[in-house]
Amino acid sequence: MAMLEAKNLHVYYGVIQALKGISFEVNQGEVIALIGANGAGKTTTLHTLTGLLPAKQGHIIFEGKDITKVPAHKIVKMGIAHVPEGRRVFSQLSVYENLMMGAFTRKDKGEIAESLANVYKRFPRLEERKTQRAGTLSGGEQQMLAMGRALMSRPRIILMDEPSMGLSPIFVNEIFDIIKEVSESGTTVLLVEQNAKKALAIADRAYVLETGEISLEGRAEELLHNEAVQKAYLGE
Amino acid sequence: MSFLSYMINGISLGSVYAIIALGYTMVYGIAKMLNFAHGDVIMVGGYAALTMLLNANASPLAAVLVSIVVCTVLGITIEAVAYRPLRAAASPLAVLITAIGVSYLLQNVVLLIFGSNPKNFQSVIPVPDLKLAGGALMITGETIVTIISCIVIMTVLTLFINRTRTGQAMQAVSEDKGAAQLMGINVNQTIALTFAIGSGLAAVAGVLLCSSYPSLSPYTGSMPGIKAFVAAVFGGIGSIPGAMIGGILLGVIEILAKAYISSQLADAIVFAVLIVVLLVKPTGLLGKQIQEKV
Ligand SMILES: Nc1ncnc2c1ncn2[C@@H]1O[C@H](COP(=O)(O)OP(=O)(O)OP(=O)(O)O)[C@@H](O)[C@H]1O
Ligand SMILES: [Mg+2]
Repeated sequence: MAMLEAKNLHVYYGVIQALKGISFEVNQGEVIALIGANGAGKTTTLHTLTGLLPAKQGHIIFEGKDITKVPAHKIVKMGIAHVPEGRRVFSQLSVYENLMMGAFTRKDKGEIAESLANVYKRFPRLEERKTQRAGTLSGGEQQMLAMGRALMSRPRIILMDEPSMGLSPIFVNEIFDIIKEVSESGTTVLLVEQNAKKALAIADRAYVLETGEISLEGRAEELLHNEAVQKAYLGE
Repeated sequence: MSFLSYMINGISLGSVYAIIALGYTMVYGIAKMLNFAHGDVIMVGGYAALTMLLNANASPLAAVLVSIVVCTVLGITIEAVAYRPLRAAASPLAVLITAIGVSYLLQNVVLLIFGSNPKNFQSVIPVPDLKLAGGALMITGETIVTIISCIVIMTVLTLFINRTRTGQAMQAVSEDKGAAQLMGINVNQTIALTFAIGSGLAAVAGVLLCSSYPSLSPYTGSMPGIKAFVAAVFGGIGSIPGAMIGGILLGVIEILAKAYISSQLADAIVFAVLIVVLLVKPTGLLGKQIQEKV
């Protein structure tokens, strides 16, 4: 059984249909890439999964439970973390306070401290800047903070929306290394990316989204060598 | 000596404005709406305290506590019934008009129950007046309690917002409701809590105001409500220290203008100062720059 399953999702913005019945699944331990051009519906998909947008039709099943109608604020406690597009850290709060917001639904102080230590180990820059306001961090540091904040909920699956967007090549490599590490430490990953080459390089399987529909799916290596994918997304 | 005593009266009146302005500014900061019924909640608080004192023979402290409970429940109810259903769909204008409607509703319901004659409100403050400089400077007990209340409220609220988990959740909701939900924060509950705090403070302000200016009518809340709104904008709407500074400045300007210029023109002067401040600094004294989403 898949860990997370989307079945025939239809999502609208007013009268505009953004998702036209998409289905996909993510298995425990996988890294799944969701690639597609601007406006294809990638962000809409993630927002629907975590309850920020309602699905007009279709179902979302997580670990056997139908979570289609679960309100957004109850999703994280179920084990799903979402690193949103554009990072969306709380700019007025300090780095430390942002990380603690990530642990908002957790109670055990000792375990939270342990998670914090792990996040600081993975992102030493965040520890150096823990008292600094998040709004004063660089783009790459904010991305690390957004990822650290999501990890503070100790998720079983983490959804990431274009984590490499707008970052310098050095930061991009660092972010992809971290995604690999997160996956190796046992967290399932659903990765939305425009940087298809890098995403396919670390993914197990991938789905290609085109104007609200899934046009292709398969093993990441196969898609890397697929002619249509190369033309449209890899610039070859 | 008279200047000093005007200053003290100004700070006292300004403290009441500051306490009311907190309600405006917190609700604006978190729900991004102007709750124009906030001033009338003050008036309801006054009537609640008065009823307890006259009809239930309650002690002043009990009257204040009941007034706080009544206003808190009222604030939560207004938010849940009138504002929440509009939050997702409607335009900000619809919410604003609803708030004005709620304001008239409260005034008219009180009018229906208590009539239009102003009621004489007896000060609930048992603190004696303080005579200084051989009697040349007198500070009333009401003034002392008002200023101390304002300082205590500001301190507690600032600690709450910055040091507690719930307070930080409020800041998170204020900045980004979607991201806050992804953290597991219940946005509706957080907004309801904000209304509860603001309305509870309005009750305190109502009792303090009526103790210093002991006449209560269904329209008692309007003018202080508008002035407190001005104070909140003056200080930078959304900012808690801004509400404090804005409120106190407004009170001082109002009293000094009344004393030295003209009591008829005092309100006009207050608004003129606001206009000048906004021309120079559109976000108010402590207002944050409006952040552009990247
Ligand atoms: N708030 C909105 N209101 C109306 N239409 C929207 C809204 N958000 C997105 N859309 C539309 O829905 C479609 C899918 O948008 P979405 O943001 O999911 O794309 P995306 O694949 O994430 O694109 P990008 O790579 O640019 O982030 C687009 O056509 C977009 O114009
Ligand atoms: Mg997107």
